[in-house]
Amino acid sequence: MTVNTELVEYISELSRLELQCGEKQDMTAQLEQIIAYMDVLNRLDTQGVEPMSHVFPVKNVLREDDVVPSQDRAALLAGAPVPDGEAFLVPKAVE
Amino acid sequence: MTWETVIGLETHVELATKTKIFCACTTRFGGDPNTHCCPVCTGMPGTLPVLNKKVLEFAVKAGLALNCEITRYSKFDRKNYFYPDLPKAYQISQLYLPIARDGAVSIRTAAGDKTIRIHELHMEEDAGKLVHDPWIDQTRADYNRCGVPLIEIVTEPDFRTADEVTAYLEKLKETLQYLGVSDCKMQEGSLRCDVNLSVRPMGSGELGTRTEMKNLNSFKAIARAIDYEARRQIELIEEDRRVVQETRRWDENKDATYAMRSKENAQDYRYFPEPDIPPIELSEEYLDGLRAAQPELAEAKRARYQAEYGLPEYDSRMITSDCVLARFFEDLTALGAPPKQGANWIMGEVLGALSARGMEPKDMKLTPATLARLITLVGEGTLNRNTAVKVFEAVFDTDGDVDAYVKAHGLEQVNDDGLVRETAAKVLEANPQSAADYRGGKEKAFGFLVGQVMRELKGRANPQSVNRILKELLTQ
Repeated sequence: MTVNTELVEYISELSRLELQCGEKQDMTAQLEQIIAYMDVLNRLDTQGVEPMSHVFPVKNVLREDDVVPSQDRAALLAGAPVPDGEAFLVPKAVE
Repeated sequence: MTWETVIGLETHVELATKTKIFCACTTRFGGDPNTHCCPVCTGMPGTLPVLNKKVLEFAVKAGLALNCEITRYSKFDRKNYFYPDLPKAYQISQLYLPIARDGAVSIRTAAGDKTIRIHELHMEEDAGKLVHDPWIDQTRADYNRCGVPLIEIVTEPDFRTADEVTAYLEKLKETLQYLGVSDCKMQEGSLRCDVNLSVRPMGSGELGTRTEMKNLNSFKAIARAIDYEARRQIELIEEDRRVVQETRRWDENKDATYAMRSKENAQDYRYFPEPDIPPIELSEEYLDGLRAAQPELAEAKRARYQAEYGLPEYDSRMITSDCVLARFFEDLTALGAPPKQGANWIMGEVLGALSARGMEPKDMKLTPATLARLITLVGEGTLNRNTAVKVFEAVFDTDGDVDAYVKAHGLEQVNDDGLVRETAAKVLEANPQSAADYRGGKEKAFGFLVGQVMRELKGRANPQSVNRILKELLTQ
């Protein structure tokens, strides 16, 4: 897989990251290295090996369906850049 | 050319758990904005979501009822997208190993019976609600709904008409309500439906380019949107233009669909396995336990009501249309009410009283015991049917005491033939013309005389006795 400027621009758009011109070049080179290492990994024969999604051998971690009081709204909104006392304000997102 | 419409459905159903899917916040509908939230459901860094046991149970129950294969080893995945309704910037969902697959639902329409295949059923979290404020030209994000558990049920493209879609959704709603896994209130968004639709020349084996319609808030809107969208696609093709694969929004007011902005159409979710939620492994014992605990569903009840209680098919359908009504009927019967009489009261007075008050069966205060008592009083001859209806109206709203009401208002049926005879004689004396008319062959006059006797006895007389005694006196 080749990493070029277009791909970096596409990924940064999906991630809502604004990259400067120089950063784009740095990212392209770094991503290239990372992907190249994946190619090394891909050389391993993984035929018949179940893909692993968790490092720890845990399963069925579940909780009971019991309500606990929610967080105080003022505290919750305190960390938001633009709260209005009730809601998080964000740039126009609906048509 | 004749065209065939091909439809597949994606239905999102909010589960009726007390808490959210990954945190202990309440799932209650409404509430002041952002008061049902915590660091987990607002996606604060460093928090750890933990799956609600009940969500898993409800999803498996739904999967079993929809005749699905339950996945013994199931996992969650991350669906990444930036949109402010989702504070984490990803939704925890299931892509690779959904909890249930390969199901089937049988439906009945005027055109006959048909089986709709279920592709899969998976668990995921709901997103928050965005409301645009035009005054400040900004959008308000309310995360109360964020993390409310959903199951998404995806069908194969097996529908050909809006009728089939409606029949399927009604069946789905009925099944989920009977299971108690969701209240399926479309008006509160607890059942939401996306419609994938394409058209093709009749007889063609290939699928045409499809569009996805969102924002369908009622069965009526779904049916209208299907008709509109099929017509739109056929027109495009007949004009030698092509259908673009896109997401379209249904506008209820304009009765039309329109394309959503292309930015919202960009779908590159970069799914990957969810590292925060460990995999789910289900044992045979667990599944057997749930299988054994599955309630009797509407279809089985309909068959049983006909076989066991001898109810007509129509009555069985009416009563099983709502699981609360069905339970009410069964309790009523268990208390000794004759099934057909119980059914008549439910279909007549109970449904009438509910609809007059704009109420749902589940909000009803009247208990089966109260109605059973009323039916017994009619059966014993203490109340006549008309008076019983009046008593019903009086006790319906508060589940009042039937016996106390009857006593307080002196409504016991007059079963004293002597009193009826005395009253009838008086009525005949006061209405000689009507008596003469009846004797001269005017049947109508008889009804008038019965009415007069009933009125004298304040409606409490047994109509059969009045008829019998009047006839005796008139033929003397």
